[in-house]
Amino acid sequence: MALLTVENLKTYFHTDFGLVKAVDGVSYEINEGEIVGIVGESGCGKSVTQLSTLQLISSPPGRIEDGRVLFDGHDLLEFSANGPEMRATRGGKIAMIFQEPMTSLNPTLSVFQQLSEMLALHLQMDKETQRKRSIELLTQVGIPDAKRRIDDYPHQFSGGMRQRVMIAMALSCNPKILIADEPTTAVDVTTQAQLLLLMQNMVKQYNTSLIIVTHNLGVVARYAERIYVMYAGRIVESGSCDDIFNQPKHPYTIGLLKCVPRLDEEEDRRLVPIEGLPPNLIDMPPTCAFLPRCPYSIDRCREELWPPLELVDRQYVSCYVDTKQITQ
Amino acid sequence: MDDTLLEVKGLKMYFPVTRGLMRRKIAEVKAVDDVSFHVKTGETLGLVGETGCGKTTTGRCILRLYRPTAGQIIFEGHDISYLKEKQIRSTRRKMPLIFQDPYGSLDPRQSAGSIVGEPIKFHKLVLNNQEYKERVADLFRMVGLDPNMINRVPHEFSGGQRQRIGIARALACEPSMIVCDEPISALDVSIQSQIINLLEDLQKEFKGLSYIFIAHDLSVVRHISDRVAVMYLGRIVELTESKKLYDNPLHPYTQALISAVPIPDRKVEKRRQQIILKGEVPSPLNPPSGCHFHPRCPIASPDCSQIVPALSDVGDGHQVACIKVQ
Repeated sequence: MALLTVENLKTYFHTDFGLVKAVDGVSYEINEGEIVGIVGESGCGKSVTQLSTLQLISSPPGRIEDGRVLFDGHDLLEFSANGPEMRATRGGKIAMIFQEPMTSLNPTLSVFQQLSEMLALHLQMDKETQRKRSIELLTQVGIPDAKRRIDDYPHQFSGGMRQRVMIAMALSCNPKILIADEPTTAVDVTTQAQLLLLMQNMVKQYNTSLIIVTHNLGVVARYAERIYVMYAGRIVESGSCDDIFNQPKHPYTIGLLKCVPRLDEEEDRRLVPIEGLPPNLIDMPPTCAFLPRCPYSIDRCREELWPPLELVDRQYVSCYVDTKQITQ
Repeated sequence: MDDTLLEVKGLKMYFPVTRGLMRRKIAEVKAVDDVSFHVKTGETLGLVGETGCGKTTTGRCILRLYRPTAGQIIFEGHDISYLKEKQIRSTRRKMPLIFQDPYGSLDPRQSAGSIVGEPIKFHKLVLNNQEYKERVADLFRMVGLDPNMINRVPHEFSGGQRQRIGIARALACEPSMIVCDEPISALDVSIQSQIINLLEDLQKEFKGLSYIFIAHDLSVVRHISDRVAVMYLGRIVELTESKKLYDNPLHPYTQALISAVPIPDRKVEKRRQQIILKGEVPSPLNPPSGCHFHPRCPIASPDCSQIVPALSDVGDGHQVACIKVQ
């Protein structure tokens, strides 16, 4: 059985402008020790999905309307958002790394104070062990001279180093799942390579599962084993990275792969953009959200509701069109 | 015929670091340190590098938004390096800038039409109001915007559309070169390609339009540029045709940079070797001696901390600044 199973998750935001179905029936699972990528553009609901599983949605305006998050024999959504069970899970069993290392660390507390908070809360360590373990963790994530730097404040670290501190914090309680939400968007590429390699090694070492939420298809191709592609609050395609990068089946995935420049491409290759704009999620029509931008659409797409995810070969695809025939 | 549009020779831009009430100078940040390159008519030169490498400062020096500390900037045959503000304006019209942030770079209270038309009025590029209106509408059509949207204000446009307004404003100047400073990094993945294609189409349409394309994303820079200059801590470490940059990178930093960029292709990724650099980019306030890259370089020798490597040609215009390669 999968370590974490999310079933039919729905998170809606009730705004003054209308109902925003940020996450609309998302299901996915992650196995032990696995690296999974969740890919999508801004506003597709990839981050809200992750925040929902940990009940970190601010309510109002957000509300988790439906769904189950099965982890460790429990449905996490049945726990009260600030109850003891949820708090033990959050950080302790499922940890999260955020995009902005500057805003996700508290600028008024030293790195040690922030690390030790986790260790005291989840592992009930005493002060001395906290310090020893914190230094150990910082050394593991590659912060030089950790013993001296442990009492420094976040502003004394560079962006990459701050993200290392975040990784150390996330791993401090040996979580079973690590969720990295755009972990490297704010750092340079050579630092990105360092950080992702570090996470990959840590995950192997502790047999932790890793969910990488990103808009960068390259990162997923390099590190993940399976991939979920999200569009307008739903998963439109999922499968193993080998299959999806080899033969994407959903028109959105196909478009996404064609529209990004590749470092190894032939000269004078012309990019094929996805026409139009990502949809405004307020009061969406019930048909496929990708329809207005889809180059392959057929009449059925306009007449019927959003297509359900169906197994095509080894991938799950939410599309009425048999793209295999078109793209070949 | 000499088709060099812009030539930059030994450009240096040092920013003083001051302290105290008297603003005593205590140090210098060598943001750009002896950079030389040229741009030909109709060519796209990419400037790529990580945060703090001086790529943006180089771009701003070319536009003379800064007064360079040393060096020469020769644009269309004129030395503009030390011209006074008033004298520079007519030249600056020929090389407008497209900014990174499509939200911050447009005045929120100005209509899209007047943003695009402002350079036309300022530089008196049309004779009468009728011509002005036609010209603005033309510019809107050129960048793929509906001329009926002339009276809308920036917040009514999406990020991609705003960047199109920025491009239309640049084109309004009738430029011979556009400096694009991270023009697509604030946009969504599916929108980025629309803007890249637009820039490429415009270059075809206006024959002889050059770009200096500044970005941190190596894949994008390589895609759009004819030649690419890789910068590290204020210096160019490698400059070559974009094809050679990927097929045959010579500088160890370029090699590491290329290997760090993941390619969205599973088969290719499985074959690739990754070079993981040690440590981080040092502070430009106190850069390492000799070759700035030597503390992180996998092939550095003791000489590297002594000798500042000059950018020199290793054949076919492929320039590298590394004593181990030359």
